[in-house]
Amino acid sequence: MTSHAIRRLKDRLAFSLGFLCVVIAIVPLGSILLEVTRNGISALSVEFLTHLPGAVGQGGGGVANAIQGTLILIGLTCLIGVPLGVMSGIFLAEFGDSRFGAAIRFLNEVLMQFPSIVVGIFVYALVVLALGSFSAVAGATALAIIMMPIVTRTTEESLKLVPNSIREAAMALGVRRWRTTVSVVLSTAKNGIVTGIMLSIARISGETAPLIMTILGSQWFFAGFKQPMDALPLKVWRLALLPYDYAHQQGWGAALVLILLVLVLNVTVRLAARRRYRGRAR
Amino acid sequence: MMLEELRSVSNIAPQLGELTEKHKIETENLNAWFGNNHVLKDISMMIRENVITAIIGPSGCGKSTLIRCFNRMHELVPGARVSGEVLLDGSNIYDQGVDPVLVRRRVGMVFQKPNPFPTMSVYDNVAAGLKLNGISRRKDLDEVVRHSLEQAGLWEEVRNDLSKSGVSLSGGQQQRLCIARTLAVQPEVVLMDEPCSALDPTATAKIEQLMIALKKHYTVVIVTHNMQQAARVSDNTAFLYLGQLIEYADTSRLFENPSEQLTEKYITGKFG
Repeated sequence: MTSHAIRRLKDRLAFSLGFLCVVIAIVPLGSILLEVTRNGISALSVEFLTHLPGAVGQGGGGVANAIQGTLILIGLTCLIGVPLGVMSGIFLAEFGDSRFGAAIRFLNEVLMQFPSIVVGIFVYALVVLALGSFSAVAGATALAIIMMPIVTRTTEESLKLVPNSIREAAMALGVRRWRTTVSVVLSTAKNGIVTGIMLSIARISGETAPLIMTILGSQWFFAGFKQPMDALPLKVWRLALLPYDYAHQQGWGAALVLILLVLVLNVTVRLAARRRYRGRAR
Repeated sequence: MMLEELRSVSNIAPQLGELTEKHKIETENLNAWFGNNHVLKDISMMIRENVITAIIGPSGCGKSTLIRCFNRMHELVPGARVSGEVLLDGSNIYDQGVDPVLVRRRVGMVFQKPNPFPTMSVYDNVAAGLKLNGISRRKDLDEVVRHSLEQAGLWEEVRNDLSKSGVSLSGGQQQRLCIARTLAVQPEVVLMDEPCSALDPTATAKIEQLMIALKKHYTVVIVTHNMQQAARVSDNTAFLYLGQLIEYADTSRLFENPSEQLTEKYITGKFG
């Protein structure tokens, strides 16, 4: 065999191996989506999306309060988690070349791998006991604690990808450091930061364990920030535990709604934050 | 207000350039370090106003560091340190209480690789220095953008593409865009750090013509590792070697009749 043929063979082999790995990686993802859609699609109806749950054991009703609850939780969590996370990320990327920065980075890493149930217990002790009630605020606090390290990390990584020459260009124009960071560096890294925020939203909208300890669940619509409430993942979990077939089907339906919700949110935010100049960098 | 200033400067500057031998920048025992690495050693030199001063020397001799000391960019690198004096119009920019940001508005800089802001349009790139410093009156900006692009010889090429991305231009255009961006904040000195090393010969020729046009209004200092370029454009040339100023003279004298052996060896290509 000529060396050219051997190289071609190696090339083919490497390509096939890579392709195989992609297929293997996609199988679980595809089968989850397929399974959820297959089982959940029949539960979807206008009633399901717009009504409160029916009486337990009777069937009927919907998950409107859980949808509302999840949206409120996402909003509230972002309100707490995004500014804190982005600011910490900026600090670490622009001013974090110190022991202090390294320590923060390490703690952030630890926080990112924290079991979410532990976060739930922590917030239970800190917020729920203090306020005397399960509440939306407690839920959002717990989710923000989970969201923050992800946003911090991705913000730092995106900012570090901004070439130093861009910072220097701004500084050489006599632009102050903070202004350079806010107006030039941050806008250059915008896409990466938005991706990080979207990832963290996807992550927190599926979290269940911390919600059990913080918002408890509810049969009613949102009644105030200091009241218990419902959310989709919590709903899925509770429905799955019920010994009724209709409940299981509604559970699949709620899971499908959750997936679609995250998808729609993701696409909307991306469209809104899309760069004005796409892919023209040389 | 700015525009009037700009016009009046352009009216009187040419005569000034011919009449004065004023020194725009003077360094006194300037030393610079990166950590423990002593990269500039006791540099004392004077840079004349409204001329082009070229700084030449082999790689790593401290050329870039030297001009980065002129607008206090050197100290932005972690571990970098400076001692000695740099006088801009007679006052030391390293004095306590001098705001480096204000120094950088007077002493602009063009970098080796064209570095337009990737998220900004051509217009916004030129206007960036003003906008980011709080000047946002559209009419003022329009005029400054146009004037700066004209000065940089780019206006005719981009006048219909002002809203296109700055990074969509060709390399040479990007570099002229960066020059326009530097000029827009109306500096007194323009530092250029090997501005043509990433460009092809045609783009290089354009930038060189531009430099010669610029010296009417600005004091230009250019770092280059291209000796022909130094000979073509500059009035004075400084030769740096291992962080020391070996020779500093009129460009024609330095190239035709160097007084130091080291200079002669370098310009005849025996090392470097």
